Amino acid sequence: MNRRLVFWTTFAFGVFMLFQFFIPVMGGAYRKVLDWMQVIYLSSLLVGVIALGLLHLKKVSEQVSGWGYSLVTIIGLLAMPVAAFWGTDESSVFFWLFNNMQVPMQSTVFSLLAFFVASAAFRGFRARSLPAVLLLVSAAIVMLGRVPIGTKLYFDFPAWAQALLDVPGVAARRGILIGIGLGSVATSLRVILGIERGFFGRKT
Amino acid sequence: MPAVAYGQPMAVLIWLPPEKIPVLFAFLCVSVALLGVFLLKRKGKTFKIRSLPGALAIEEAIGRATEMGKPVFFTSGTGEIDRMATLAALSVLGEVAYKTAQYGTPLFYPNNDPVVASVAQEVASEACSKAGHPEAYKPENVFFVTKSQFGYTAHASGLMERIKPAATLYFGTFEGESLILAETGFAQGAIQIAATDSTIQMAFFLVACDYTLIGEELFAAGGTLSGDQEVLSSIVAQDWLKAVVILLLLIGAFLATFTAFNLASHL
Repeated sequence: MNRRLVFWTTFAFGVFMLFQFFIPVMGGAYRKVLDWMQVIYLSSLLVGVIALGLLHLKKVSEQVSGWGYSLVTIIGLLAMPVAAFWGTDESSVFFWLFNNMQVPMQSTVFSLLAFFVASAAFRGFRARSLPAVLLLVSAAIVMLGRVPIGTKLYFDFPAWAQALLDVPGVAARRGILIGIGLGSVATSLRVILGIERGFFGRKT
Repeated sequence: MPAVAYGQPMAVLIWLPPEKIPVLFAFLCVSVALLGVFLLKRKGKTFKIRSLPGALAIEEAIGRATEMGKPVFFTSGTGEIDRMATLAALSVLGEVAYKTAQYGTPLFYPNNDPVVASVAQEVASEACSKAGHPEAYKPENVFFVTKSQFGYTAHASGLMERIKPAATLYFGTFEGESLILAETGFAQGAIQIAATDSTIQMAFFLVACDYTLIGEELFAAGGTLSGDQEVLSSIVAQDWLKAVVILLLLIGAFLATFTAFNLASHL
């Protein structure tokens, strides 16, 4: 890769976007850049999908371990666009596949989160040290403050829970956000000025 | 003063919308601090740079994976290329790919975004070449999966179950998939290191991972691994700015308390 070309392209577009953010007077040029971003994105998507298809075709043809999963991937990869040729309205096969296969599968993976939250909480709330004890007590108060039984046990739990979320919770979050904000701006500057070049290859 | 609509003719040019003045002020402060540090550094001043245990643990994790003969799993979550966290993650990827190539350890990086995947392939390939082992780069291990958030999560979790990595690295922007991935990695017994710019997901990583880089440490991790002094010195500038922000917050809290309790009337 030509590092100099990448650097100058990054510099030119970085300065342009920065200028456009603060002084938004070049709307036409800005819209053109956004349009080109879409073109680049779609080209990359096409390249990515073709590469994915070829990768799984190779796995199926060589029958490597777990090739059955690759076969399912290829069928899925072909079935949706092929189905879309016969329409994408509510009565179409594409819509039926989307609603009855893709959406339930995504919901299933998302629902796993509930079990993972429970297992992570079980490990995280073990009172091994003072900070862990503080975390455990805070979490217990917040959880009790959010369920009806908490109010039955002690009427003020919801107020305590809200205070924990509003005061120490927000303070910690804002502290981290300030750090992230500073880090983001500093990284942007490093990228524009060519100091940070890690994203287009190692220096030496 | 109304904000300027994009595409408005130059005749109604308004140089700086007032709502952007605080952002410009913050941007200038960061720029001045960074430039100040770089100039001082060029004049020969040395800075004591704090270490980032999470970033330093990456090499240990790769070493562990090498000893165990197992692969390293890397993910940058669901962030797109225009996010600073993704660029920071790609910097870390370069260092990880360099070290895994040196040690002969396989690196897996399934990707959620096609543009990030293209850049990642280039970064990993170049890092392997610079490590002197171009053959270590396997295009089939750094690839685009799907834009679907949970489709990607399902694939990444399944891949972790199959390859059983000894080290899992989560760097970048994460959403609901963070805990699913981190818990799957934990179930494989992998040493886990995470860094994200999402404060909500950071809490999940803190619980599920062995090391979590907090806040701006994500943006300095690549520099810490490569030992790039220019990148590292920018951490000093960020620390200076944080000190200024803390001072301003304390002054603000004092003034707010002073006003709320009407302390001036007691003087």
